[in-house]
Amino acid sequence: MLETTWFVLWGVLWAVYFMLDGFDLGLGVLQRFLPKDETERRIIYSIMGPVWDGNEVWLITAGGVTFAAFPKTYAVMFSSLYSALLLLLFALIIRAVALELRGQVDSPGWRKLWDIGALIGSFLPALLLGVAFANIFQGIPINEQGVNQGSLLTLLNPYGLAGGVLFVLLFLLHGALWLAVRTTSDLQARAVRLAGQLWSVLLVVAVLFLALSRAFTNLWTNYINHPVLLLIPFGAVCCLLWIRISLLRRTWLAAWVSSAGVIVLCTLFGVVGLYPNLLPSSLNPDWSMTIYNSSSSQLTLKIMLGVALVFVPIVIIYQFMVYRFFSHKVTRENVAEEAY
Amino acid sequence: MDVVFLSRLQFGIAACFHFLFVPLTLGLSILLAIMETRYAKTGDEDYRRMARFWGKLFVINFVVGVVTGLTLEFQFGTNWSRYSAYVGDIFGSLLAIEASVAFFLESTFMGVWIFGWKRISPKAHATVMWLVAAASSFSAVWIIIANAWMQHPVGYVIRNGRAELNDFLAVVTQPFAWHTLLHTLSGAYVLAAFFVMGVSAYHLLRRYEIALFTKSFRLALTFGLIFAIVAAVHGHYNGGEVAKTQPTKLAAMESHWETEKGAPIYLLAIPDEKNNRNALQILPIPGALSMLAYHSPSAEVKGLNHWPKEERPPVALTFISFRLMVGLGMLFMGLTILGWFIRHRLMEYGWFLKVMLYAIPLPYIALQAGWVVAEVGRQPWIVYGVMKTAEAASPLAVSQVAVSLVGFIAIYTLLSIVAFWLLLKAARKGPETALAITL
Repeated sequence: MLETTWFVLWGVLWAVYFMLDGFDLGLGVLQRFLPKDETERRIIYSIMGPVWDGNEVWLITAGGVTFAAFPKTYAVMFSSLYSALLLLLFALIIRAVALELRGQVDSPGWRKLWDIGALIGSFLPALLLGVAFANIFQGIPINEQGVNQGSLLTLLNPYGLAGGVLFVLLFLLHGALWLAVRTTSDLQARAVRLAGQLWSVLLVVAVLFLALSRAFTNLWTNYINHPVLLLIPFGAVCCLLWIRISLLRRTWLAAWVSSAGVIVLCTLFGVVGLYPNLLPSSLNPDWSMTIYNSSSSQLTLKIMLGVALVFVPIVIIYQFMVYRFFSHKVTRENVAEEAY
Repeated sequence: MDVVFLSRLQFGIAACFHFLFVPLTLGLSILLAIMETRYAKTGDEDYRRMARFWGKLFVINFVVGVVTGLTLEFQFGTNWSRYSAYVGDIFGSLLAIEASVAFFLESTFMGVWIFGWKRISPKAHATVMWLVAAASSFSAVWIIIANAWMQHPVGYVIRNGRAELNDFLAVVTQPFAWHTLLHTLSGAYVLAAFFVMGVSAYHLLRRYEIALFTKSFRLALTFGLIFAIVAAVHGHYNGGEVAKTQPTKLAAMESHWETEKGAPIYLLAIPDEKNNRNALQILPIPGALSMLAYHSPSAEVKGLNHWPKEERPPVALTFISFRLMVGLGMLFMGLTILGWFIRHRLMEYGWFLKVMLYAIPLPYIALQAGWVVAEVGRQPWIVYGVMKTAEAASPLAVSQVAVSLVGFIAIYTLLSIVAFWLLLKAARKGPETALAITL
């Protein structure tokens, strides 16, 4: 029972991470293409600035919880995905440094350098996280000792790549919608137009991904055995449609919340489909990492549950307050006040 | 070159690099919070400008500390998977607690602080920095508890083929952890104090913004004096814990080869690891090692030769690092005590200001040396007495680790060049004028 509780919490933490960091990873890419001038670019950076760091801690926590609750899965998963993960880390380093140091020197060349850093550092994590999770859904060639028999290239299979493309599109749309919420006038109009285009592509890719999941993974098995769970993918589809409706009604926040819903429900779709596996072995189901063969002791799970039940709500409350505090529109007129 | 060696090198580089930036974050956050509180209370514009100036340096330093910490957490899984699987039940939970109770708070409010200058009152802004400061030190609490468990594992049983937690309180309350914590934190605070004093001295020497930098210098001086003493006191206690729990480390720290009662400390010694002795040892203080380690001048101290060679840590590196750390620690106490006596007449003592300017790198060296003692001295164990480092690495190919190691070195070198260049630039430029802030 405790193991299952932690499995759900594990999935929720990843989902929340994707939901929050998703929009600033998306904006990190869009800053290169959407703005017409430096002022507009500064608007985008000012929107990400106060919150990106707090968002990224959800990744640390999701990683930390994997370590704490399912140490063996953490060990096998992270060492199996070695090259992809280190690439992800390097990208995140460049991104963080770009976001914080870009404004430190007043020169166009310097800013451009870090714009490119932010672009690479945002695009790569979106792609790699998608590839990694699609491969986790699908299973990795781990042997009896939990040693990966494949390589980085094994991860770049059709389903893995589809996952990567899906994540990139989800995050780009999520970022464009957040921009629509947080700014006005011309930049907002362009963000909305782009969101509409991204939405159409996403619709195709998302449907394709769900279909590919049937062909390449066992994710649907749990849904067939427990049809009530189908509410999750159904909810994801509803949220996806609601983005379009919200765009037509010009209710940007509703569109962003729907997009958050798509990300969370897509993640949960995969996670629930995995249960009770955390990392399936594509070689032999008996070698999979599951909540039964890889979880921590009952005592650790209990203590950690106590910590999580107290602190995660507190974190959610203060992060929500910070989001409320920085909910004003950032415009050409007031962007100068945002900086340090 | 095997996977264990490369992984150790990679983790060592990542950890050392991380700890180039973390101590300044730990200490400067408190100094900033004090400056902002003074501004909020007195309305003295100098304190606001101080907070802005030191805050700019803080932000540059902060981000590098954060991103280098990220890689450390993930490396336990990527490079040390056997370790992670074996002790994750205890170690993993401590890291997860750190993230959820401390790191979230620190990162979330750092964003508010950077973007809140014109949006919240000075009092609220000071409060936000107090939260950041408290969170970063609280973060250190959990990391040190986790590290202390590797140094002196307690509260666990070996069950189901791994170490499992059976007494959480024992893990979080063990004296080893708290002495190490107080020693490490005060070391970090001393580093920040010397950083602020050094940069202030630079400007005072050019007679630039004398009022502002005198205030900065004096604040840092008091802070540095207090924590130089605390660092020494808890360093002593920490040494006592090491003597009790890690006799091989103690022997290596002193390059002490033969087991003897009333063991002396040699003021000058040159370890000769090949021949299991010191090539040179002169100027003994009789009974000093026994006294320091066990509080009795005649106590028996086990020498390195008591253990087979494969059970001993590298002696020379541990020994030299320890001496370096202790020597520098004494110097920091001396300099801050001296500074305290002339604190009202700083401008008359140009030579002292010059010394303090060139002293900026010294605490960095001392802190790195301290970690070398702790981590190299723990070898060949990854968890002392429980698991050897050689058994802990992931089943990776040499090429994988070699490539990532090159990546680490490249990115970290670039990162440090950029960070130190920016710090230097901002530090030399000095504070903004009061007008620039209001604009």
